[in-house]
Amino acid sequence: MKKTKFTWQRKDLLGIQELSADEIFHILDTAAAFKQVGERNIKKVPSLRGKTLINLFIEPSTRTRTSFELAATRLSADVVNITANASSLVKGETLKDTALNLQALHADIIVIRHGAAGAPHFLSKIVKASIINAGDGAHEHPTQALLDAFTIREKKGKIAGLNVTILGDILYSRVARSNIWLLTKLGAKVTLAGPSTLVPHVFEQLGCRVTHDMEEAIRDADVINLLRIQHERQRKTMFPSIGEYTAMFGLNKERFARTKPDAMIMHPGPINRGVEIDSDVADCSRSVILEQVTNGLAVRMAVLYLCSGGQPA
Amino acid sequence: MDAAAIERALARMAHEIVEGNPEADAIVFVGLRTNGAPLAHRLATKVGEILGRELPTGELDITMHRDDLNLRETPPAVGLSDIPFDVTGKTVVLVDDVLFTGRSIRAAMDELSDFGRPKCIRLAVLVDRGHREFPIRPDYVGKNLPTSMTERVTVSLAEIADKDEVVIEK
Repeated sequence: MKKTKFTWQRKDLLGIQELSADEIFHILDTAAAFKQVGERNIKKVPSLRGKTLINLFIEPSTRTRTSFELAATRLSADVVNITANASSLVKGETLKDTALNLQALHADIIVIRHGAAGAPHFLSKIVKASIINAGDGAHEHPTQALLDAFTIREKKGKIAGLNVTILGDILYSRVARSNIWLLTKLGAKVTLAGPSTLVPHVFEQLGCRVTHDMEEAIRDADVINLLRIQHERQRKTMFPSIGEYTAMFGLNKERFARTKPDAMIMHPGPINRGVEIDSDVADCSRSVILEQVTNGLAVRMAVLYLCSGGQPA
Repeated sequence: MDAAAIERALARMAHEIVEGNPEADAIVFVGLRTNGAPLAHRLATKVGEILGRELPTGELDITMHRDDLNLRETPPAVGLSDIPFDVTGKTVVLVDDVLFTGRSIRAAMDELSDFGRPKCIRLAVLVDRGHREFPIRPDYVGKNLPTSMTERVTVSLAEIADKDEVVIEK
């Protein structure tokens, strides 16, 4: 693989929206090198030795937090996990004060997940530590979009020109927004599909196509990315029932048979078997759901390496 | 050094490697990216010609093991390592173009250990320019080139730069 002349300048990863295509490719190239580390006898390198990473998860998460924790550990950083109910936020401390306390403990990197959009951007302005956005409200989840792009590029050899359909709960999904920004920057043709209440036409302003016709959405897709219904974010009922959603938009065997023969199935997890995806489809050879998990580790190692590089410890 | 001098140096080093390693069936070559990689392939070919068989050759990117990551303004680009064989129990000949402070070789030995446990590691360099900062010493040297700290030694190789040449610049 050729080395890019490009140099990384950012200390934070707040979202995909502000990244250039060059920056995205640089992260993906770096992740390819870190993916190799996971395949070695000794799956650990000393790149972040002496650095401290704090996982500040104000919203619950298992897979993203575990992935960041493993990524940091494999780079030899020290990791501390803070969850919402174990933090002083429940005692009335503000997010700003929590962050300043972490800074006083000499944290080098703060990985934050927060229910409020913009929380990582706010923190990046008040602390010196690197801020990595691990999901802010329904705004962005940049490392998920990067690992999706990494997986697409690894499997399909390119991203530009591919038809990518994102299916499901777009309205409340930070994964969808980050993916839309990333894929359109790299030249993919993005189609959003799902119930009209969850996939409003206003998303066309982001440069993608919106359809509410499931058959049409999956027919020409090279990649189908299924999103979970975010019950926890929906303030009112957006569709009559789970059963009806599954009947209208679930990826079952019959619909799967009508996709392109090399169409790839993706899902950021956790999957709801029998709701947005049938078990047979989730487990088939064209499903890359577990490879996404493996690639997530490599992408997060790359992001931690790049964002903490160059600053004296 | 011109192309002919580089070729002669590598040929001599290949013979020294064969003489110094009676258990020739366990020799593998690993080059440090970028310039060490083509040199490792050339040395492996020459040693292979003497022994009458092909020798495994890999390439190592040492960026993740560098000790100056905190001192740099921006993070250096990391590349891929390619070691398509098990190094455990092997005699690994590490190959680089210029031996200077020894820090790259320290990083390379650490990284190599992540892939397995070699029986021994030998060091072959095209140019030894002195000024070691670590207790590291080459086993096979193409040319000893006394330099001052302010000089730059630039190695060009045909595989990367379209010509074979070693020059000292002020």
